[in-house]
Amino acid sequence: MNDSHYCPHTPEEIAQMLSTIGVASVEELFAPIPAELRAKTFNLPAGMSEFETFGRMQQLAGDNTPGMVNFIGGGFYDHIIPAVVDHLSNRAEFYTAYTPYQPECSQGTLQALFEYQTAICRLTGLDVSNASLYDGGTACAEAAMMALRITGRNKIVIDGSVSPFSRQVVKTYLFNLDVEIIEIEPLDGLLNRTELASLLDDSVAALLVQNPNFFGSIEDFTAVAEQVHGVGALLIGSVYPIALGILKTPGETGIDIAVGDGQCLGNPLSFGGPSFGFIAAKKTFIRNMPGRIVGETVDKNGTRGYVLTLQAREQHIKRHKATSNICSNQGLCALRGLIFLSAIGKEGLADLARLNRDKAEYAKERLAAIAGVTVLQVAPTFNEFTISLPKDAAEVVAELLKTGIAAGVPLGQYYLGSENCLVVTVTEKRSKMEIDKFVDALQSELTAIHF
Amino acid sequence: MQLIYEQSTPGRRGVKLPASDVPGASPLPESLLRAERAGLAEVSELDLVRHFTNLSRRNFSVDTNFYPLGSCTMKYNAKVLENAAALFAPFHPMTALLPGGVELCQGTLGLLYDLGQLLADITGMDEVTTQPLAGAHGEMTGIMLIAAYHASRGNRDKKKYVVVPDSSHGTNPASAAIAGYEIITVPTAPYGDMDLELFKKAMTDEVAAVMMTCPNTLGLFNPHIKEISDIAHSHDALMYYDGANLNAIMGKVKPGDVGFDVIHVNLHKTFGTPHGGGGPGSGPVGVKNALIPFLPQPRIVMDDEGILQLETANPGTIGRTANFFGNFGVMAKAYAYIIMLGREGLIRVSEQAVLNANYIKERLKPYYDLPYDMTCMHECVFSASKQLAHGVHAIDIAKFLIDRGYHPPTVYFPMIVKEAIMIEPTETESKATMDAFIEVMIEAAQAAEQNPQALHDAPLTMPISRLDETKAAREQKVCCVG
Repeated sequence: MNDSHYCPHTPEEIAQMLSTIGVASVEELFAPIPAELRAKTFNLPAGMSEFETFGRMQQLAGDNTPGMVNFIGGGFYDHIIPAVVDHLSNRAEFYTAYTPYQPECSQGTLQALFEYQTAICRLTGLDVSNASLYDGGTACAEAAMMALRITGRNKIVIDGSVSPFSRQVVKTYLFNLDVEIIEIEPLDGLLNRTELASLLDDSVAALLVQNPNFFGSIEDFTAVAEQVHGVGALLIGSVYPIALGILKTPGETGIDIAVGDGQCLGNPLSFGGPSFGFIAAKKTFIRNMPGRIVGETVDKNGTRGYVLTLQAREQHIKRHKATSNICSNQGLCALRGLIFLSAIGKEGLADLARLNRDKAEYAKERLAAIAGVTVLQVAPTFNEFTISLPKDAAEVVAELLKTGIAAGVPLGQYYLGSENCLVVTVTEKRSKMEIDKFVDALQSELTAIHF
Repeated sequence: MQLIYEQSTPGRRGVKLPASDVPGASPLPESLLRAERAGLAEVSELDLVRHFTNLSRRNFSVDTNFYPLGSCTMKYNAKVLENAAALFAPFHPMTALLPGGVELCQGTLGLLYDLGQLLADITGMDEVTTQPLAGAHGEMTGIMLIAAYHASRGNRDKKKYVVVPDSSHGTNPASAAIAGYEIITVPTAPYGDMDLELFKKAMTDEVAAVMMTCPNTLGLFNPHIKEISDIAHSHDALMYYDGANLNAIMGKVKPGDVGFDVIHVNLHKTFGTPHGGGGPGSGPVGVKNALIPFLPQPRIVMDDEGILQLETANPGTIGRTANFFGNFGVMAKAYAYIIMLGREGLIRVSEQAVLNANYIKERLKPYYDLPYDMTCMHECVFSASKQLAHGVHAIDIAKFLIDRGYHPPTVYFPMIVKEAIMIEPTETESKATMDAFIEVMIEAAQAAEQNPQALHDAPLTMPISRLDETKAAREQKVCCVG
């Protein structure tokens, strides 16, 4: 019997193939596995039809509370995704292809990745980009390892206002590598520059900062870049691509390696993945970049084409001496990023960035008008900002969740002593009505007495 | 084909943004702003659609071409998996990390938890973390778990080495290096597996782990695997299973039963999720009980009332290897795949994957050198050494296949086979498809003898011919200037 449409052979075909091979049964092909090692149990449930499978998946999706109004960010952002992104990235020629190791039959993927690298370079104002990394956190870790290689030093300094998740990923990656990691506690929600000055010396490989940072503050790191370069270290900046529609670029700032998460560029929230990480750097660092890089060249007739290049950096050639262990990229997610950016366009990205900021500023102003609520920032913000509440923010968030509002990320679990603080995110998707409703809900929650 | 940037016209837009319903904010100080707009494309929606549609047509893909790419398991990607994953698009991962948030995410957490249980049963492990974002990322996570295990027993400084066979994937030594280990490489014996005697000599109490792919990259199941793991364990080294080739053995043998302590699984290979032109993958890691205390956080655990909770502050943890819960969308597809195929379906997958590989091996054996001539598992590795006598390399045969509409097999890997041609048909291909491929491979072998120049010239039917890779590496033009 053959009830699986994904294994197409008929019994007759199987018999013919076995006869060609010269064995009596399929089981005989498993003879190289010693009998005593064979699986004694295999307790998976029986299979089901496509229809039933989809039903089960709908059931699971239904077990999550739907329709939450998100004022949460923390690295993943609820942005619009134009319909073309799904339609084009869902073309099977893109999503069922493999890594473009054979360039002649992979020019679609290769040219798209070249265009993606171009978009990342132009967004960040840097010279070179790879074809994407896993996510924003791992991109921070790869950038830190890149800086260790370039400088030959073994100390990484991290601004404490970088996302706690990304900081944790960097620490996990570097834990076994005999690297000293120093975290600078933020001051007023910003990099503590006095403390930085006291830490910088010729043992530091790099400083990792984020802009806007985890609290939402926008900083100009131009002077910091000069300071860091003064001791021969590198500046790594984790950036938010939508904000780069208007904000000063890493290139203009003097950042050496820019990284970030590309989820906001046309990739759904999807409970945290897949998204993609990006990395861009000054040209001199290209041979120390991790991951795949697409380069332009010509064929023997002079026709322009694209190939994976500088592969001598990579694990399949260099093995343990490679610049990274990374083997895949997040090709399809990076393609979605490219389609998103190309659809939104040059003027559109600036408009989108401004729209985010307008909505956030409106929410900020309205929230600040609630008695007992204070905006903590001393610096300008983009689409996230931090407020302090007259009570524990975690309790407030838990109460508002019950009304369908994800009010923000309470800071207490990430920063000791910040129990009353809440980071609020407002993207272009939040309407004035939703913001007003949130403000009202917060106001009544703060005046409510729970028994 | 023009780049999207070469089709731009200033002022043109592909998307209309929502109008603002709030007052405009006061502008940011100039010092915080970029001097010029980012040079993104300026095209209409139709221009954009034509551009990317035409680009896509310059690709081979599983849906358009047979793709017998060894080591990559390019099986058919069921369409319902795409629909299933899309159901979860709106869920924000931070929700689960908010106070009271886990109760709102029992569906997504439940999927990850259930997937972990299913993978644990398939691989013979006790618990699975879904955080790793790809196979190599799983390897790195797994070796970090092993490092944490040794450190917890006071052996951090004592354990210095990771042993790998010379046929291993390059990611194995590269991942072990990130975990701070030095590499010992053991050669392959004439019987096609890691040389047992040389392995014994390499093993000391300073070895932290042995990384194996089983079946290995020659497509052969190592009959000494139990002995190897016993020897490793006698030196307090742990066994790491590279799950890249799991497609061959589902229901037949469980890595956990033969002594492996840690495994990563490539969901995009064995469990039918699409490769996306190079990602996203997903590399869940399974471990035996002794390694559970070190798993990445947040870890999904079930409480006494059957509610899934997040453990976020275990002092033994290696920390986080990614920002959230892993590539959830990929895992949703793999979960749907596993429950749809079920027990019998997955056994059939492995049986027919092995049947197909052996069929191609037998049919091509008269025409191509088969350095390890024995029953293979899911893939077989030929050498183009016979053709080399006529000046034809594996790459020439690969390019000839492109002209005939086949994605080439993996060539030049594993490195231990000269002019390697590594063929993995997968279980989803029909006999007719394989027969047609075999005929073209035979034709290539004949052309190598009679008209080698035709192979050197291939491909001729693609939008481009062979590219100047040296020029690309020398000029390093990796983005479009201007």
